[in-house]
Amino acid sequence: MSWLRRHPALSVFIMMLAVVVAGMWLLPVKPVLLWTDALVYLLIITLVSFFTYVRSREHLLSPWRQVVRRPLAAMAMVVLAAYVSVGLLDSIHFRKALPLQDGATQVDYSVEVLSLLDVLAGPLRKQLEKTYSAPLAAHLFTKELVEQADGSIIRGYPRLEYGGRHLRDPAAQRTADILQRAALALGQGLLLWLVLSSLWLAWLARRHHCSFPDFTRQMIVGQTQIPWRVILATLGVLVLLLMIILQLGVAYHLLGTDKVGNDVLYLSIKSIRTGLVIGTLTTLIMLPFAVLLGIMAGHFRGWVDDVIQYIYTTLNSIPGVLLIAAAILSVDLFISNNQALFETVVERADIRLLFLCIILGITSWTGLCRLLRGETLKLRELDYIQAATAFGVSNAKIISRHILPNVMHIVLISVVLDFSGLVLAEAVLSYVGVGVDPSMASWGNMINSARLEMAREPVVWWSLVAAFWFMFILVLAANVFSDAVRDAFDPRVSG
Amino acid sequence: MSKPLLQIDNLQTSFATAQGLVRAVDGISLAIHKGQTFALLGESGCGKSMTALSVMRLLPEPAGRITGGSIRLNGDDLLQLPEVAMRQVRGKRIAMIFQEPMTSLNPVLTIGQQIGECVLQQGAAHSKRRVLELLEAVGIPDPAQRYNEYPHQLSGGMKQRIMIAMALAGEPDLLIADEPTTALDVTIQAQVLDLMRRLQQDMGMAILLITHDLGVVAEMADRVAVMYAGQIVEEAERDAFFARPQHPYAQKLFASLPDMEKRGERLAIIPGHVPSLATRFTGCRFVERCDQAMDVCHHEVPVWMAGEAGSGVRCHRYDTRYAAQFTTKQTAQAAPSQTRQQAMEGKTPLLTVEGLKVHFPIHKGLLRRVVNHVKAVDDVSMAIPERHTLALVGESGCGKTTAGKSILQLVKPTAGRVRFQDVELSALSAAQLRPHRSDIQIIFQDPFSSMNPRMMIMDIIEEGMITQGIGGDARARARRVDELLEQVGLSAEVKHRYPHEFSGGQRQRICIARALAVEPKLIVCDEPTSALDVSVQAQILNLLKDLQDELGLAYLFITHDLSVVEYLAHEVAVMYLGRIVEQGSVQAVMENPLHPYTRALLAAVPVIETSADGSERSIVSVQGEMPSPINPPSGCHFHPRCEQAMAECAQAYPPTSQMDDGHRVRCYLYESG
Repeated sequence: MSWLRRHPALSVFIMMLAVVVAGMWLLPVKPVLLWTDALVYLLIITLVSFFTYVRSREHLLSPWRQVVRRPLAAMAMVVLAAYVSVGLLDSIHFRKALPLQDGATQVDYSVEVLSLLDVLAGPLRKQLEKTYSAPLAAHLFTKELVEQADGSIIRGYPRLEYGGRHLRDPAAQRTADILQRAALALGQGLLLWLVLSSLWLAWLARRHHCSFPDFTRQMIVGQTQIPWRVILATLGVLVLLLMIILQLGVAYHLLGTDKVGNDVLYLSIKSIRTGLVIGTLTTLIMLPFAVLLGIMAGHFRGWVDDVIQYIYTTLNSIPGVLLIAAAILSVDLFISNNQALFETVVERADIRLLFLCIILGITSWTGLCRLLRGETLKLRELDYIQAATAFGVSNAKIISRHILPNVMHIVLISVVLDFSGLVLAEAVLSYVGVGVDPSMASWGNMINSARLEMAREPVVWWSLVAAFWFMFILVLAANVFSDAVRDAFDPRVSG
Repeated sequence: MSKPLLQIDNLQTSFATAQGLVRAVDGISLAIHKGQTFALLGESGCGKSMTALSVMRLLPEPAGRITGGSIRLNGDDLLQLPEVAMRQVRGKRIAMIFQEPMTSLNPVLTIGQQIGECVLQQGAAHSKRRVLELLEAVGIPDPAQRYNEYPHQLSGGMKQRIMIAMALAGEPDLLIADEPTTALDVTIQAQVLDLMRRLQQDMGMAILLITHDLGVVAEMADRVAVMYAGQIVEEAERDAFFARPQHPYAQKLFASLPDMEKRGERLAIIPGHVPSLATRFTGCRFVERCDQAMDVCHHEVPVWMAGEAGSGVRCHRYDTRYAAQFTTKQTAQAAPSQTRQQAMEGKTPLLTVEGLKVHFPIHKGLLRRVVNHVKAVDDVSMAIPERHTLALVGESGCGKTTAGKSILQLVKPTAGRVRFQDVELSALSAAQLRPHRSDIQIIFQDPFSSMNPRMMIMDIIEEGMITQGIGGDARARARRVDELLEQVGLSAEVKHRYPHEFSGGQRQRICIARALAVEPKLIVCDEPTSALDVSVQAQILNLLKDLQDELGLAYLFITHDLSVVEYLAHEVAVMYLGRIVEQGSVQAVMENPLHPYTRALLAAVPVIETSADGSERSIVSVQGEMPSPINPPSGCHFHPRCEQAMAECAQAYPPTSQMDDGHRVRCYLYESG
């Protein structure tokens, strides 16, 4: 097991997997493996093995080290890690067993597919209101006929079923209660953060063979090579946000509710997975096309080049949205004609998400392909490729050993840069109506449904604002991170 | 003596890098007088370009900074001038020309516009007249037409002339020329050097010439300063310097130059490489590479020992306190004159090339019809016997590299036959060719692009063995890699490192090891030393020679450097525009060149005259430049540039004439009968 000790990241991953599998097996649940889940796991395995490979090779590792050492990039990585862990929790799906009916021997499972995140966010998911309510409100947003205690019926704002339920007199108590809870969250968050960061620092100090106070001082003045100061500060903000959600989100609707009374905070958090899946799986799908065809066009030239160029020029001249709309509509048709194939609503929505990824991938590989073709054209004239040819090395070997490793930085840069574009593309497509399934939580769907209420007076702003901020922070972090990656890997920048 | 035009005192320039502070220029003092040519000689990385940039105050800030000293131009301290005043100095009082004429001109402006920018603001009509004068002065034919042309319409030599015209526009007192001819061919170099000398006489300006080429220094300079690791180690009058170099480094530089007289000997080498300038020196900077070093050299920094007439040297040998110690130790010449066995005559050739042609089609129009061909190699025949070195000499663009690659079948020949022993390589398909690949290998010019940066040395060397199925199992192969590395003078430990960790010379050794791994019989060496410094070049040439003796290799040595040819080759073939114009044994061709082109080529090479008679050698240079291989001149390709051209030269390509000394030439001057 010595190799496990050498790769702590891998061992943690394996342990987590073991816990989840054991839990699924022991508890009365039936695991559900959605298509996108499977692909997400595949992506994670690829990433983990890639980084294990990189770790042992200094020349591959050093640009990554450069990325981590940039404070802004480190901050972005912490934020991205938070998003990714939420997304991962939301990618473990199962169906709960229903209580055994009398005399039945077969266990039946609920038709509702839940994820680990749904279980953790139980109250958020279950606390459904009737319709719109403002953030942290105790009353509905719309007037209704309300029956008073004395039996008379007046038109007013009814109390919410869950938000602020514990308050006897919301008008008088609400502000004080919110402030009190916020202060409590602040205190708890600080405490938790201090404990976590001192444990982390102690571990780091031991690894660096350095005393704990020394290391802490170095960290505070910013002398450590990896900017722990920034990382821990970002972590602190995240921990505080988490505590606020725990304190306020349970007692109130922190970000209000939408038209059908769903908690907006819950929807925003659920949308994280959708955004991440579109941003990453699309790339995973397009990558083989782009890399293989691009390198082949550049390496073989001649008619191969002509054919590949013809394909991507043609594909590029079809309006992307039109192609996506056509593809999604035919998938819709297929799904409605073959209802029997899908046991649950979630599985149906998932298929649509997968096809959205595929069609986005098909329309977006041309840029990278073109870049790789150009780079390969340049590389194939270099002396080391000529030398390999002079040895009689086969074309497949030349491509895999000499060309591919030397264009990898371009692939990496463009994948990271594309990510944020794809997240935004999902929002636009859902807004147009050809995005993910309406039953699936996504920022695009949230914006789309909020659009109709924008003209209303007083305006229902919270859905839109929540989706905007969640998406904005993810895209900003991804952009900052990709900037750092480009600087570290682009030979022209690093000189 | 009059006041000097440029006086540099104890100049110090440093760079902040990741490795710490690099003192690129560390205490340089020199003086240049009006009308004088001062040569700053040194290998790459010794700080000579940084000196030039410091004088212009064009250092890449904020990383580079002048940390001390003074630079006085006619008494004005340039380091004290504000940037606004400095702008008046640049171009008007000091002008600079750079190494790379291809990138020094803006491709979207016409020649006239670019030179016009440098001409003082005197009204459009006046400025145009001045530009035309300048173009005339730098020897551009038909200036009125060139005025409206763009840089891409000009050749490299023309561009360098334009650069000189731009530098002259402000009528500067001092011209700094940073390797002005390094990127140019030898015949063009002779033209440009000639032009610079003529302009200097006409305008009386001083030139600070920065170069690594001893030949150029010998042709041009009045005074010479040798730079090493950021310092001047020796300064002297040209004739004194070439007659008797003082510093061990300068002596070694001379000894490591290959030429005819050193044939059969090993070249003197300077071991090791220039030390990192980020280190603090406690002794002489050259001590690690000096074979005359004493204890004192390690512990004490040598001081400047001034001689007569402003000359001097920075070496303990000339310090009266230590000179006695050195007398005991003779300058041990590292040349055990090991006579090489002369190549035997009349053997069956290893490689035979007959009528080789490589034509690249030019496509045009919508249907990509072939409208013309670039005749890169046009009817080349040669034969290389075992243990022989055939040098293929020519200027850039003459097709020598393409010829080399098509012999290896890296470029498919259009016509002709390439036979290796009994196998006709040009008739084989790619798959059939694969088992024969190990017989011929290639070493490239650029040691930086010839190895995959993502592979370890071990994998790089092993690749050919695995592909060819040579060398047995993994363990045997690993042993063989160790052997190969030691054979090329590297330690076996380096095999787990990556190419970027090595210097140019070391990389070239690894490339040689890679080629040797498949046990070839012939190696095509495509300018293997032209990207290397002189001292490193000597190491590689020695290695190639040793390997030929040990392993019986044959070389096809592609080069433009005639001194290397004289040193290494048995036979020479001179190429001009895709054809071999003259071919024969090295003695015959070098001592009795027949073709006018060969003569011009030999005459254009700058020569180091050891005789101190001080007379200017007249350069018989060939005019004009090599035409394009798309539309070669009718008849003999060389006739438009040939001084001895006759009427028949324009009619048809001359046939081969066999001379008495066994050498063949294609020229009507020697047509028998």
